[in-house]
Amino acid sequence: MATTVERVERLERLWEEPTGIRTALLTVDHKKIGVRYLITASLFFVAAGLEALALRTQLASPRNDLLGPKTFNALFSMHGVTMIFLFVTPMLSGFGNYFVPLLIGSRDMAFPRLNAFSYWVYLSSGLFLYSSFLFGVAPNDGWFNYVPLSEHRFTPGRNIDFYALGLTFLAISSTAGAINFIVTIFRLRAPGMSINRMPLFCWAVLGTSFSLIFALPALTAANVFLELERKFGFHFFQPAKGGDPLLWQHLFWIFGHPDVYIIFLPAVGIVSSIVPVFSRREMVAYAWVALATIATAFIGFGVWVHHMFATGLPQISMIFFSAASLIITIPSGVQIFAWSATALRGRPVLKTPFLFVLGFITVFVVGGLTGVMFAAIPFDQQVTDSYFVVAHFHYVLFGGAVFPILAAVYYWVPKITGRLLDERLGQASFWLIFVGFNLTFFPMHISGLLGMPRRVYTYPDGMGWGIYNLLSTIGSFTLALGILAVIVNVVWSRRSGEPAGSDPWGGNTLEWATTSPPPHYNFPVIPIVTSANPNWDVVDRLADTTRLNRGELVLDDGHETLATTLLDADSDEVLEMPSESPWPLLVALALSVVFVFLLVDHYVVAAIGGLLTAAAVAGWHSEKPRIS
Amino acid sequence: MGSLLGGSVVRVFRAAPLEMIEAWTNGQPEAPASNFGTPLAGSASSVRSLSLVRPAAPRLALVAGGALTLAGCGSSQSTLEPASPASKDIAHLWWVMFIGATIVFAVVVVLLLAAILRRGSRADAPVREESRFGRTLVFTGGALVPLVVLVGLFVLILQTLPSTSQARGRAALTVDVVGRQWFWDVRYEGRKLVTANEIHIPVGAAVQARVTSEDVIHSLWIPALNRKIDTIPGKTSAITLRASHAGTFRGQCAEFCGLQHANMALLVVAEPPAAFRAWLARETRPVAAPASALARRGQAVFLGSGCSGCHTVSGTGANGKVGPDLTHFGSRRTIGAVTETNTRDLLGGWILDPQHVKPGNRMPGFRLSGPELRGLTAYLESLK
Repeated sequence: MATTVERVERLERLWEEPTGIRTALLTVDHKKIGVRYLITASLFFVAAGLEALALRTQLASPRNDLLGPKTFNALFSMHGVTMIFLFVTPMLSGFGNYFVPLLIGSRDMAFPRLNAFSYWVYLSSGLFLYSSFLFGVAPNDGWFNYVPLSEHRFTPGRNIDFYALGLTFLAISSTAGAINFIVTIFRLRAPGMSINRMPLFCWAVLGTSFSLIFALPALTAANVFLELERKFGFHFFQPAKGGDPLLWQHLFWIFGHPDVYIIFLPAVGIVSSIVPVFSRREMVAYAWVALATIATAFIGFGVWVHHMFATGLPQISMIFFSAASLIITIPSGVQIFAWSATALRGRPVLKTPFLFVLGFITVFVVGGLTGVMFAAIPFDQQVTDSYFVVAHFHYVLFGGAVFPILAAVYYWVPKITGRLLDERLGQASFWLIFVGFNLTFFPMHISGLLGMPRRVYTYPDGMGWGIYNLLSTIGSFTLALGILAVIVNVVWSRRSGEPAGSDPWGGNTLEWATTSPPPHYNFPVIPIVTSANPNWDVVDRLADTTRLNRGELVLDDGHETLATTLLDADSDEVLEMPSESPWPLLVALALSVVFVFLLVDHYVVAAIGGLLTAAAVAGWHSEKPRIS
Repeated sequence: MGSLLGGSVVRVFRAAPLEMIEAWTNGQPEAPASNFGTPLAGSASSVRSLSLVRPAAPRLALVAGGALTLAGCGSSQSTLEPASPASKDIAHLWWVMFIGATIVFAVVVVLLLAAILRRGSRADAPVREESRFGRTLVFTGGALVPLVVLVGLFVLILQTLPSTSQARGRAALTVDVVGRQWFWDVRYEGRKLVTANEIHIPVGAAVQARVTSEDVIHSLWIPALNRKIDTIPGKTSAITLRASHAGTFRGQCAEFCGLQHANMALLVVAEPPAAFRAWLARETRPVAAPASALARRGQAVFLGSGCSGCHTVSGTGANGKVGPDLTHFGSRRTIGAVTETNTRDLLGGWILDPQHVKPGNRMPGFRLSGPELRGLTAYLESLK
């Protein structure tokens, strides 16, 4: 009969990965991959932020000539592409990767190698997109990339090929990641964590993942059509040859609007994680919030046409989409009132993560309210493509996603590093960001109402826009200073922060039941859950220790985790989990060959890359689990 | 404020009867020159004084919405200075939604402040019980009240549709606007009248602006007169421009269309019927042969140096289609789609180096001698 110490040592041996370059390339540990996602996405965030500062500097005054139109157009296009595709979604994926298994009491994601593959493809496609700067052909027709402007006739350079191929490449990563999240959340929850006890962050990741799987094919189809046009003379979008430029817009927004919720849902999942902990009270109307999450993901597919109200579509169809766009505010309203009610019926602790949550709610409400206005067809038609819409979606996306991400940095990074961030610097960073954000984006409402169109590299004086633009520019630098403070805080805390302990906030979910940072195997014993707030169930957590001492559900016979049933999370089977593998990286590299050579029109080499990919996938599937 | 929130929108202007417009548009050829003379300082500043009328409701709301008190003053492209029934309806809709949004925002902020006042500490044992109050709050505040408000808003939206929806059927006066990279071709249906970047309309008449594009997607947006409408290749759409008072209203391309999206503006000049008739007569008349020796020399330069390969001047050999039609260029207020004021000096600078003024536009610079340039600008200015 093994002792507790022996069991833990055995788990350590089974799950440990040696340090060094080999492991760095081959690891499938969800925590390492999660951290990689977080760091890579943060670097892209810095790049997008610098692009934004350049744009704001150019727009600080009328008739400024710091940046010419060519540079300006590339920068605003890449700012959008980076924020949407390379920062927010992967950043939330990073938190998802690291925390979903911890939140549900599992030892890894359902498909660890697929997880590593997702990251490598994300990194490759990000580098692919950014390498366009080296050749002076960065995508320059906006993140929305409307045809015919993006057709070969009007943008003959490779700019758009970088865009279309880069996003198609990235879609592989997102799709694989989404499937992984769904299976993980459905099958790897701790016993007893029935679907109605699942953390709200997992509900959000689940909703987002389903949305991604259904939304991305539309974007990929649009990009494939576009490349077929650009490279092989097809004419999906050319009216003279029977095509239609509006087809691009439909496909793009069938993806693009759900994508708003793909970005937003995990972010509000973070908020729903933080609110009860810092309100010292369980979530009010948990079931409503969970349902609102799924309802949002679902209705999100029925509103895309409100991006096209000015294109001259038939009025009856616009009225339908107007109604749908009004309805979708209700699930958001439910969530906002659920958070407020939880805080109101609790006793809020105003630490930095909660400050960012409060900042999020105020800012997001403004963005939500202007969002309702865009359902009003004539008003939409008046201010769409003006700075008013720029203000609106930054309130929704920066307010709705970046504030929660920053809250998560202060809330969850101590779990990752084992060190708390500095509270005073944290509060200072919050105020810089909150003030800077509002100073940047609130005046844009006004310049938009005053008739300033978006995506202009310059504007005349005498229009009354100058002062609002100057305020925006001052705000953007304040905001950047706040972000810098967050980065300094994270880097500083890694070495010098106060030790976090396993549960610095008094959290209600399972990630706080293990050490900070968690061991390779996450939990020495698979926890058994009896409520929606498992870490507040002190008796249950003591029972875990007892079971560890007895050797129940320790799963130390191999590299294993437990699978449970979909709804009730009854114990189902023990899964043998894969460990270090070269195949995810090799498949990603082979795919890179395909996309790079498609870009430069070497189709034979691209086809060879395709064969290499197939070979690497075959290698992946022939790999036997390592039996220790 | 009650009538503002609930009342239906009052239509100030009814459509002008067809005969009236016919009278305007078929008026006498001779008419006094209208007050076109004022040059455009910075392309916009002199325009603003013309749009004076502001509805009462916005004024009230301007006071109510402190942060926006500056918003209304002084720009000719503002959505908040509507000069047509359509734009007034939209501005009305905005102010109603703005007031509603302010109330909702205030409620949420009050809730959060009330929560903050109940501050606790990390050491507090978590409360674990359902809150009946909380659930009621979520149900009423998050679902029930929003549903009622949204239904009300939906009704208001439907009420605003008639004035802003696409123009249908035949109008007395139809203007065809074609978006081009990066200027606007303007034609008047049924007349030999081609111009660019300037639309003249008679005050009070419902003018149909029928739009399409010959290259990429643009969007015609004249905020004071109506919502925007995209110009899409292969598709024709139409909106109504009905100015409720005389004035010059700036508009601009609102859909990103490439390098010079920023400098693709236009002016809509709404004039009293007599002045409009005079303009129409002048613009449809063939251009007279250049009168001065200088202008004659300029015409030779125009026809000999390549200008005519891209530009049309009706009645001469110049029939290029790449750039804007210049037949009555001398009467236009701006150069390069409202990039610069149309003065002889700025015109000369434009001809020598248009890429400096509007980088990426299709016009190459011309190396002309001093006399050639003087002649060319004199000729172009003579094209009244």
